[in-house]
Amino acid sequence: MSAPRYFAAALAITALLAFFLHDRSSGSAKAASVKPDGDRREAPNFTLKDADGRTVHLSDYRGKVVLLDFWATWCGPCRIEIPWFMEIERQNKDKGFEVLGVAMDDEGWESVKPFLTEMKMNYRVVIGNDETAREYGGVDALPTTFLIDREGRIAAIHIGLADRRDFEDGVQQLLQPPAAGRTALPAGPVAAVSR
Amino acid sequence: MGQPQTVAGKRNQTVHTKIPISILAGYHVNSNTPSDDYLIPLSLTWSALGSLEGGQVTYPKPTLEKYEFAEKPLSVYTGNFDLGVSFKISATAAAGPGVAVGKLRYQACNNKSCFQPKTVDVPVPYQVQ
Repeated sequence: MSAPRYFAAALAITALLAFFLHDRSSGSAKAASVKPDGDRREAPNFTLKDADGRTVHLSDYRGKVVLLDFWATWCGPCRIEIPWFMEIERQNKDKGFEVLGVAMDDEGWESVKPFLTEMKMNYRVVIGNDETAREYGGVDALPTTFLIDREGRIAAIHIGLADRRDFEDGVQQLLQPPAAGRTALPAGPVAAVSR
Repeated sequence: MGQPQTVAGKRNQTVHTKIPISILAGYHVNSNTPSDDYLIPLSLTWSALGSLEGGQVTYPKPTLEKYEFAEKPLSVYTGNFDLGVSFKISATAAAGPGVAVGKLRYQACNNKSCFQPKTVDVPVPYQVQ
């Protein structure tokens, strides 16, 4: 394959993938802010470092609602959403909610730290890697944002720039206490309960 | 989509070629002079020139497009466009064929999403006469 053909093919693949992912995301976002309990799968755990060099495990957040945002400093749509996430963090921090950013910049902290300062970001950010991205389905398109429930399960996925309201509604739904008479179960297989 | 013509010429001669590029509708790549510092520019550099020298790249005039995620229009390339390249054939080049290899770096977005920057090889065949 010639170079221009190869280049065109590479762009075409990227574009088609983006279309597919965007289409899938839009559909789910419009249908409901969060998936029903039974449709949620466990969010893959990861171990990454934050800007202060501290180790962050996603599993540390079990019991909290988490907005997990894959982003990059070179990504325009990501820059639109970040101030929303800062505001949502401010509004819900005391209710068992946290935003966790996963920066996908190849240059790592060299690019990301100045951005954190510039934006005065009020939530934790870690540097992602290929393995983390793979665990979350590739994360080819940025931003890609996951809403994770208190049991560590993925309740919503937004690929690409979404509506702020979708995030706010999703977070509020996940922060609601379980319906009366029901107990929130930990993630994992649940055997039939005998009565 | 075509491929760049084989660059052919004699020693010390300046030769030109074009690198044709096509972007699918609805997508764009940042131009070589993006509107904001944080955006990754389109760039073509040379990792191997062989018997060629220079490799000066002429980028086409970008367009200014407004996207949902940016307050002001962005300097981008869309659709089909060519990068122009000029080489000088080395005074000491041996007669015969060769291949110069460029590295084309780009970062694509649509109106909602952006994609990881990519770098692809761009081989340019040449013939020293």
